[in-house]
Amino acid sequence: MHFLINGSEVELDFDPRTSLLDLIRERLHLFGTKKGCNQGACGACTVLVNGTRINSCLALAVQYQDCEITTIEGLGAPGRLHPLQAAFVEHDGFQCGYCTPGQICSAVGMVQELKCGVPSYVSEDVAAEGFNLTDTELRERMSGNLCRCGAYNGIVDAIQDTFGTAEAEPSTREAA
Amino acid sequence: MNPFTYERASDSQAALTLGAQSGAKYLGGGTNLVDLMRETIEHPVVLVDVTGLSCAIEETGDGGLRIGAGVKNTAVAADRRVRERYPLLSEAILAGASAQIRNMATVGGNILQRTRCGYFYDDAAHCNKRAPGTGCDAIEGFNRMHAILGASTACVATHPSDMAVALAALDAVVTVAGRNGAREIPLVDFHVLPGDTPHIETVLETGELITAVTLPPGLTGRSSYRKVRDRASYAFALISVAAILEVQDGVVKEARIALGGVAHKPWRANAAEAALKDRPATEATFRAAAQAEFASAQGLRDNAFKIELGQRVITDTLLKLTALQENR
Repeated sequence: MHFLINGSEVELDFDPRTSLLDLIRERLHLFGTKKGCNQGACGACTVLVNGTRINSCLALAVQYQDCEITTIEGLGAPGRLHPLQAAFVEHDGFQCGYCTPGQICSAVGMVQELKCGVPSYVSEDVAAEGFNLTDTELRERMSGNLCRCGAYNGIVDAIQDTFGTAEAEPSTREAA
Repeated sequence: MNPFTYERASDSQAALTLGAQSGAKYLGGGTNLVDLMRETIEHPVVLVDVTGLSCAIEETGDGGLRIGAGVKNTAVAADRRVRERYPLLSEAILAGASAQIRNMATVGGNILQRTRCGYFYDDAAHCNKRAPGTGCDAIEGFNRMHAILGASTACVATHPSDMAVALAALDAVVTVAGRNGAREIPLVDFHVLPGDTPHIETVLETGELITAVTLPPGLTGRSSYRKVRDRASYAFALISVAAILEVQDGVVKEARIALGGVAHKPWRANAAEAALKDRPATEATFRAAAQAEFASAQGLRDNAFKIELGQRVITDTLLKLTALQENR
């Protein structure tokens, strides 16, 4: 079966029971993506598929053949950190670091959703043209990523520092 | 997880043929089914991947929308037409799960997701839904999240979907394909109450495939999806209310209400609706209507508080919708 992972073509066979998470970690030896709950509750396994964030633990790898998969290793590396990785360091966006790859992949996907005009549960008017990345919006949109160290304030600061101006259009929510 | 064969269906006909095999199950985003398979609650021998099918949202021609069963939850919630004409549906979808799960989950899979009752998931527990005839450990167990309406002595589980609660209020219709052709089932009749057969959750027959959900035209009035849960985000509902209210000259012209977190199915609040129609849009009316809906409610050890909570959430939601219309 064929995959495109972090820009590299990969060809391999596996049991259809294999989750995308196990494929990434156990077969491709990309250990940045973490297994937390393995049931979609914690978000530590978040990766990007064609730019969209998903939980790789709930994904059967066989369903994602020919997709473009990006893990934390595809976003940045020591010496050439993704701006959000640098911001996590700057703002103490982690303590133990176990949830961090998932947080970062999730935030990158979240900003893409914001650019595409996806509303959230806390958006005052789901039909608005665009949505500002207020802290309330950010926290709601990132609620699928748990941090058991409780580094949430640093995580919010790091994401705001990196993407805070990503959506500059005036929102009806702010004007109301 | 038991071994299975994976097949990707190229079209609906191929899916039906593959789905007719013994032990076959349709696979959408997998967000519930994969988890249930890992917990050995579900053990299909063939998985028929239908995620590539029915992926469009189309106008019906009479002002409604037809949403393909394979459309992802996020895509429905973000669709411009849904947001403008059926904001209730967007709000309900966005109240459910996390962004990552909504990006994976399909409309068909959301409707068919199974209860999150802890005893259903625990194969050491007694559960009439998982193993018919073995009893129900939830009735005298931890039952904070369980049903207060329409439950039975066999099962007190709730249906976990938020999206389906909005669909119930919107009078949505589910289109189902089978080997003998297609049929249409109102969403409110799609799921069934547990009775003494809680393992039967819908009217879907073996091998049938959900292909679309149709939203009828003509949503007037104001709408709101209100969800009360144990944390502010990413939790299942204790109580949720999908309400559509049209008030004219201080009188309720039309009210449509559906409840989540209270029953084995998305619960259309027929008694409340009847008590609202043509009555003054006042707190007293709303409170009386809410009372009428919960008249037959039965609480268990941990969930009896939901009877009062449900009435308060209905009343408050209708009050806020009325205020919105008066300030228009």
